[in-house]
Amino acid sequence: MPAPDYDPKQVALLDPSELEGARDAGLAAFAAAGSLDELAQARTAHLGDRAHVSLANREIAALPPAAKGDAGKRVNAVRRALQEAFDARREALEQERDARVLVEERVDVSLLPGLVPVGARHPLTTLQERIADVFVAMGWEVAEGPEVEHEWFNFDALNMPADHPAREMQDTLWLAPEGSGLVMRTQTSPVQIRSLLERGLPCYVVAPGRVFRNDALDATHSPVFGQVEGLCVDEGITMAHLRGTLAHFAKEMFGQALRTRLRPSYFPFTEPSAELDLECFSCRGASTRPGGEPCRVCSSEGWLEWGGCGMVNPAVLRACGVDPERWSGFAFGMGLDRTLMVRHDITDIRDLYEGDQRFTLALGTEA
Amino acid sequence: MRVPLSWLRPLVPGLTATPDEVAEALVRAGLEVEQVHRYGHDVEGVVVGRVLDVEELTGHKKPIRYCHVDVGARVHEVVCGATNFAVGDVVPFAQPGAVLPGGFRIATRQTYGRVSDGMICSEAELGLAEESAGILVLPPDSPLGTDVVELLQLRDEVLDIAVTPDRGYTLSVRGVAREVATAFDLPFQDPGLLESPPLSGGYDVRLPDPGCDRYVARVVEGLDPAAPSPAWLQRRLVLAGMRPISLAVDVTNHVMLELGQPLHAFDLDTLRGPVVVRRAAAGERLRTLDDQDRALDPDDLVITDDRGPIALAGVMGGAETEISAATSRILLESAHFAPSSITRTARRHRLPSEASKRFERGVDPDLAAAAAEAAVRLLVELGGAVAGPGTDVDQRPARPVLTLPASKPGRVAGVDYSRDTVVRRLEQVGCAVSGADELQVTPPSWRPDLTGQAELVEEVVRLEGYEQVPVVLPVAPAGRGLSAEQRLRRTAGRALAAAGLVEVVTTPFVSEQALTALGLDRFDPPRLQNPLSEEEGLLRPSLLPGLLHALQRNVGRGLHDVALYETGSVFRGRGSVVADVPGTADRPTPEQLAALDAALPVQPRLAGLVLTGRRGGRPVAVSDAVEVLLALGRALSLTLTVGRGDVAPYHPGRCALLLLDGSPVGTAGELHPRTVAALGVPPRSVAAEVDLDALVGAAVVAGPARAPHVSPYPPSSVDVALVVADDVLAADVERTLRGAAGELLEHLALFDVFTGPQVGEGHRSLAYTLRFRATDRTLTDAEVLAARDAAVAAAADAHGAVLRGA
Repeated sequence: MPAPDYDPKQVALLDPSELEGARDAGLAAFAAAGSLDELAQARTAHLGDRAHVSLANREIAALPPAAKGDAGKRVNAVRRALQEAFDARREALEQERDARVLVEERVDVSLLPGLVPVGARHPLTTLQERIADVFVAMGWEVAEGPEVEHEWFNFDALNMPADHPAREMQDTLWLAPEGSGLVMRTQTSPVQIRSLLERGLPCYVVAPGRVFRNDALDATHSPVFGQVEGLCVDEGITMAHLRGTLAHFAKEMFGQALRTRLRPSYFPFTEPSAELDLECFSCRGASTRPGGEPCRVCSSEGWLEWGGCGMVNPAVLRACGVDPERWSGFAFGMGLDRTLMVRHDITDIRDLYEGDQRFTLALGTEA
Repeated sequence: MRVPLSWLRPLVPGLTATPDEVAEALVRAGLEVEQVHRYGHDVEGVVVGRVLDVEELTGHKKPIRYCHVDVGARVHEVVCGATNFAVGDVVPFAQPGAVLPGGFRIATRQTYGRVSDGMICSEAELGLAEESAGILVLPPDSPLGTDVVELLQLRDEVLDIAVTPDRGYTLSVRGVAREVATAFDLPFQDPGLLESPPLSGGYDVRLPDPGCDRYVARVVEGLDPAAPSPAWLQRRLVLAGMRPISLAVDVTNHVMLELGQPLHAFDLDTLRGPVVVRRAAAGERLRTLDDQDRALDPDDLVITDDRGPIALAGVMGGAETEISAATSRILLESAHFAPSSITRTARRHRLPSEASKRFERGVDPDLAAAAAEAAVRLLVELGGAVAGPGTDVDQRPARPVLTLPASKPGRVAGVDYSRDTVVRRLEQVGCAVSGADELQVTPPSWRPDLTGQAELVEEVVRLEGYEQVPVVLPVAPAGRGLSAEQRLRRTAGRALAAAGLVEVVTTPFVSEQALTALGLDRFDPPRLQNPLSEEEGLLRPSLLPGLLHALQRNVGRGLHDVALYETGSVFRGRGSVVADVPGTADRPTPEQLAALDAALPVQPRLAGLVLTGRRGGRPVAVSDAVEVLLALGRALSLTLTVGRGDVAPYHPGRCALLLLDGSPVGTAGELHPRTVAALGVPPRSVAAEVDLDALVGAAVVAGPARAPHVSPYPPSSVDVALVVADDVLAADVERTLRGAAGELLEHLALFDVFTGPQVGEGHRSLAYTLRFRATDRTLTDAEVLAARDAAVAAAADAHGAVLRGA
């Protein structure tokens, strides 16, 4: 039992000024602590079991009940002040430490010693896929054929019998020996024949692929080049459908901006036939107007030949066993190289076939 | 075909359009006008002058003349290097300030110690000819001071037209003029309507072969062999792109250019006996005009007389009967030959001529007599000749009449043409048309290309204009999208690009040396009959030659780290000859189609790659190529396995076989040092090739992947280090471990390879971690150890592996 006459103010530890002094000393010590270790030592001294505030707390039990409340409030206030100061200081010191460690752990995130750079597909490949997708979206299918082809597919069935002058229009690469009847296909048109023979009717196919001519490689010619063939045979197909398909295709390839033009021409496998011209992407026709600057790209003609097209010649349908009285159709073929050159401002066709990886890396990432 | 507008205009009276408008109208009608050449527009200030005197200046390396030239208003002094003129001659004189072709401006200058106040001009200097021997001497009555361009009508435009095989009639001024008249809706003055006198009693001509169905022969006598071609005639020929030669030759060329009918002039005095047009007999020869002695083919159509062949019909005349500088008696041939026969002969003898070009595309058989008459008249008028008797052997078959529903052109074009429109357009091209709804159409004699309805339809549609055709998108039936193979090939390409490779597209032509250097001569690739270059006469049996060539080029351009791939067809086997090539009148039989396909060489699609330099921070190694192929397999949901290989062009110790279900589908390796040296590619370059068709085919067969049962139970991992001889493939050890560890094995990975004294000479330690897991329970230690022991035991059995630390 505490002594009834016991005056808490007489107990030195509970003396308000003593308590304030201990609090101030503790606050100062925490503030002065320069490291977490120093702070831990200051904690022991000012908040530990032997610290003033702890000892004072213990004295409260001995106080008369009337005095306990007052003394308890005072001690607790001091303890709370010290604890808050300690927590704040610890937080600050921990942050300082973490910041220092993170700074020390800094690395050069741009240094990639084990990097395998991403490669690229060839622009002719991505273009072929893009074209295929345009037509597949319309319900067409993608057809294929061999690159070494029998002349029956490459010429005969396309209404180009052996003595036809049209065979001279293409510099054909023939396989030995003479009379083998085998050619490097000069066009993707033999795929028309294979499609009609193998797929049945109606037939809506597009056939991108490589074709071959006996042409030396220079800035505008290549013995190997890409072509895309389209064939539509159905009931009631007219030239209007040909124009509609070509207009859609041109828009997908070049946007609305470039105009197209059909010009009467001749191909043995179509009748009527037309050349499909694209407005020159470079001068947009300006070179043809009076006083216009000459245009290197289109030789100041204002138009670039993009491909040939027409209504499938009945002779071709007959060779495939298709009744031309019931079925009609159109076909078209375009140069992929020319398409790429227009889309990407390529001026030298050799860039496509020389295999310089700098060229392809810049162009071949298009999806 | 080059058509001077000055030649064309008289045939289209009332034509006022500019040359560009004419060109544009022809393009719209389907004639490919490649260019409009302009002449005389860049000549200015050249007038007629008379040479007053000539002083020869001596002491120079070449003859130099000092003259005075009177141009009417004044007299110029001039120094001239030409000597082909005399005092009193009238010449073209370029005054100071004059401009000659090419922007060449004439000024007064000091030369050879005299003042030269202008220039006396040659034809070449006026742009009249490619070259000329001297000064152009003008007719003496030319008024002095007149503009020479006006006087000679030098200003002209020439349409340069590329003629497609179906439009032979536009290989003549007549044919082009007809199109121009139609395009501008103007009357057409047909020069082919010339009336020929009745022909009889002429030279004996016989046509036993159907390859010649009409032959007109006209005798012309008394020709002055020295008579020159007048300037207008020469000028026309030059503008049309031909060289003036002699009056007789120039006249035949003029008629050919104007009417499209090739003519041939024989020296009548050299002919012996009747002219017979027949096929050549075996062993016959002919020396042609180009002085080539040619062995004739029994398929060649020839003109013969008693001695044998004297001309290759429709292609080229013979040297023996050629007209000479002394010829005064001529037999003119104006004939019609079968196009395909001429094509074959011209091709066989590599003799494309102006005549063969026309006969191949079809010459108007009705024109033979008129064309001969036109030439005779010119020879009479210009050469003082007398027309002799003529012969016209005419065995032309009747022209077929075609039937065309009047609605057909509209149904093809998707445009509603009236019957009248159809008839009018067909008549404009020269057809005779009758009938109401079913039109009876007789095509004109000059349009042998009009053989069916489609061709007649094209005439109507092109003349009405393609721009009239509406734009309608057809609706295809629902499609199946890309095929599985097409999708997988896209996936394969993306996987290779994702593995850091750059795609190339190379030409498929390779040389024997390249194949030998690569040791790829084991394939039997097809050979080209007419290769682009003699060296590269084979088709590639492998993608590697092209890839390595591209690699070389990249390295040559200073790139060190190069990683390329290509996918594409290769060619193996020579193919074979099809005995029974189908016709085209109907669908071939399945047997015929099978035979066509069987004749082709094998053409598998491969994927190939080459690597050099560094990759992933270290020098490339064969493992890089193997990894790329494994990644390619994974992208196609296929598990490829690796075996040891030893095939060209690879280093025998650094060559891998890639297997799919135990069958080889590809190879990878470091290039053999000999190959590296032979090709000049960087040492240690790596390559690989895989059968893409086989991979894609297998992936299609495999179908969709089955989902695994993903176990939620805890895994148990154990590590084993196995010591094996160093010729044992890690892939083989791994395969054995996987096979023996049983179903509980979830994952196995090699994490360390160690060599050193501890494992013994010629051996290495391969450390694997094995992760086990059951789908339905937590594994006990005993189960895991049993599985591990089974795996190790199998490795010991199969590869002599010893568990390290055991």
